Amino acid sequence: MSGFWEALFGLGDQLAAHVLLSASAIGLGIAVALPLAVWASRSPTVSKAALGFASLVQTIPALALLALFFPILLSLRAVFGEGLPTLGFLPALLALSLYALLPILRNAITAQANLDPGVLEAADGVGMTPAQKLRLVEAPLSAPFIMAGIRTAAVWTIGAATLATTIGQPSLGDPIFAGLQTQNWVLVLAGCAASAALALITDALLGLIERGLLLRRAGLSLAGVGAVALGIIAALFVQFGGNQETRIVIGAKQFSEQYILARLIGSKLEAAGYAVEYRDGLGSAVVHNAIASNDLDISIDYTGTIWTNQLKRSDNPGRVAMYDEIVRWETENSGAMVLGKLGFENAYAFAMREDRAAALGIATLDDLARAAPQLTVGGDPEFFERPEWIAVRNAYGFRFEGQRNFSPTFMYNALQSGEADVISAYTSDGRIAADRLVVLADPKEALPSYDALVMISPEASQDAALVAALKPLVGAINVNAMREANFSVDREGEGKLSPKDAAAQLAAELGL
Amino acid sequence: MRASSITASPDFAAPMVSFEAAKRHYGKVVAVGGVDCVIAQRSFVALVGASGSGKSTLLKMVNALVEPSGGRVLMSGEDVTELPPPALRRRIGYVFQGIGLFPHMNVAENIAIGPRLHGEHLAAARIAELLDLVELEADMASRMPDELSGGQRQRIGVARALANDPQLLLMDEPFGALDPITRNALGDRVRALHERLGLTTIMVTHDMAEALLLADRVLVMDAGAIVADESPAALLAGKGGDIAQGLVAVPRDQAARLAKMKV
Repeated sequence: MSGFWEALFGLGDQLAAHVLLSASAIGLGIAVALPLAVWASRSPTVSKAALGFASLVQTIPALALLALFFPILLSLRAVFGEGLPTLGFLPALLALSLYALLPILRNAITAQANLDPGVLEAADGVGMTPAQKLRLVEAPLSAPFIMAGIRTAAVWTIGAATLATTIGQPSLGDPIFAGLQTQNWVLVLAGCAASAALALITDALLGLIERGLLLRRAGLSLAGVGAVALGIIAALFVQFGGNQETRIVIGAKQFSEQYILARLIGSKLEAAGYAVEYRDGLGSAVVHNAIASNDLDISIDYTGTIWTNQLKRSDNPGRVAMYDEIVRWETENSGAMVLGKLGFENAYAFAMREDRAAALGIATLDDLARAAPQLTVGGDPEFFERPEWIAVRNAYGFRFEGQRNFSPTFMYNALQSGEADVISAYTSDGRIAADRLVVLADPKEALPSYDALVMISPEASQDAALVAALKPLVGAINVNAMREANFSVDREGEGKLSPKDAAAQLAAELGL
Repeated sequence: MRASSITASPDFAAPMVSFEAAKRHYGKVVAVGGVDCVIAQRSFVALVGASGSGKSTLLKMVNALVEPSGGRVLMSGEDVTELPPPALRRRIGYVFQGIGLFPHMNVAENIAIGPRLHGEHLAAARIAELLDLVELEADMASRMPDELSGGQRQRIGVARALANDPQLLLMDEPFGALDPITRNALGDRVRALHERLGLTTIMVTHDMAEALLLADRVLVMDAGAIVADESPAALLAGKGGDIAQGLVAVPRDQAARLAKMKV
């Protein structure tokens, strides 16, 4: 378990970012909820509308709410200008604040509604103005209940803040997502433990404040407030105390290859004298937009992904034509620079266990179409929504018995355990060889090519030194080397590497 | 006896509160329907009637807790709706059945709340004096409301109502929730304070015996109108009409039955 403690104590930066994000979100939630609750206590219509809205927000999955702020902020750039960040702290703050709203609002409104009518009549009777009534009577009597709401909101927010990782905001979700993708359970555990401990400590301190308010003992409340303030100040110090320099931000989607290539690029840039920062575990759709909006400086993308998601094309003009068209499109539309192809493809392909394919006599997608009605197909969460699936399904007339979603890591386990008979594998995946899988031939060429590309944001592409530092990577990585590196991260047990070590090994092997 | 001593007071005739066709409707329901009545300074007026007769509504029109739907309510000649409600209420003592002590403030803070609202700090000596007026010890000042008995709490309620030196004291069933012994003692105390401080007191009660014993003028209300306006002596002498006499009959009958039992 020494790895666990090492991982846990290495989380200082993420913990600080997590504390600041959560505290800001709860603070903003309070700042919005309390005036709203006061207004609601004077108007039943407002009360209904506010509680209805907050409850509605609560029904949106946290991950979706976080992701939704990307397009919202992007469209708001029309009003606030191009400087408005669309990834990272701001969208995470807004989404989490909305989430924190409900418990605070509900407790505040309930507390107001449950105030003793005799006390309120007395407040009017002695001649209080509405402001005096709020300050001297309603607020102090509601405070313990509002504090209970803030406690609930704090625990929720600290938990949900781990999801901020997916929109490029560093948090304690970083080790969780990184560990989940690379099957590094120690890292997942460390992230969960840190997040849980933070939630418990916060809950205890806010509980102290609540008790102080309830028992009317200012000392208890002040001790709680002081401890919370100390924690926030410490986080601020960790976050901003160091020397601030402009860093090159490298984005990585949610699978091992992306983590490894991000580290490889990072090491090249560090060698060239740049400070770099990684945004791991980003959603696939988020990455391209973030490059275009300069929130990320560098990413690795794939021709097929850009072809369907950005160009909205479903035809297949062939590998070379597709690449040329993408380079042209990016220059004209997003302003992003396509530095070049890395030299390998990570295409979608259908893979089966060797023994099972042999038993069923399946070698091509035509064979697969015949056997499909007795088989279950597994795919990553986006696969069955993608035009490639629709194209290949229509080309071969697939009609499977069942269709299931797995995270990329678990897809291979599902194939081994028989939960899926055939999966949408990736051609650069090391597990294809390691798991003794066969990739089924695609005689109709229905699946498009997926050449790995280095993408550079419009701003970063102006930096000639940066472009020069990355140029040697173009065409340098063959699919076998990539498969080997991917497998060294994805595998279990002996020989398992961190993405950073795998990147170093890959660089050494290829002489980069 | 009492009545004559007050009649002798020089400003007895000056009006403290005047209702001029004062009305209050809640939708189609008429709570108070056009009341005309003048309440003289230093008088102790009881508003008596059954539940829903409009007596509380009429009382609350004086300190603007209820706004008139029509007509006017004047206090010392000023229309109460033309004053800012907080300013009006700070000139009027208000005691009600719910008492409404602020549970997060101790006794001293509760008593001092009225003056505090306009930035005046009550000295400990003044709080002790107010506690003394309602026959409580000065060391009660630091206690919290939930440590007190019901009777003690309503005494604090009365002390709080007197802290701003009001000329007018409004009481809405002030003793309704108290046990009979406490109720009697506190009633007598309020009457004594009324005399000593030269107050004008309007008290709502559904208990005719209490009204007869404490007030020097009894207004009987029924269905939003004043149906009798008599002195206690006149009511006991059979005046005021059927509704008033129906109310007087209750304590009289009880007294007669008790007298019989003694024999």
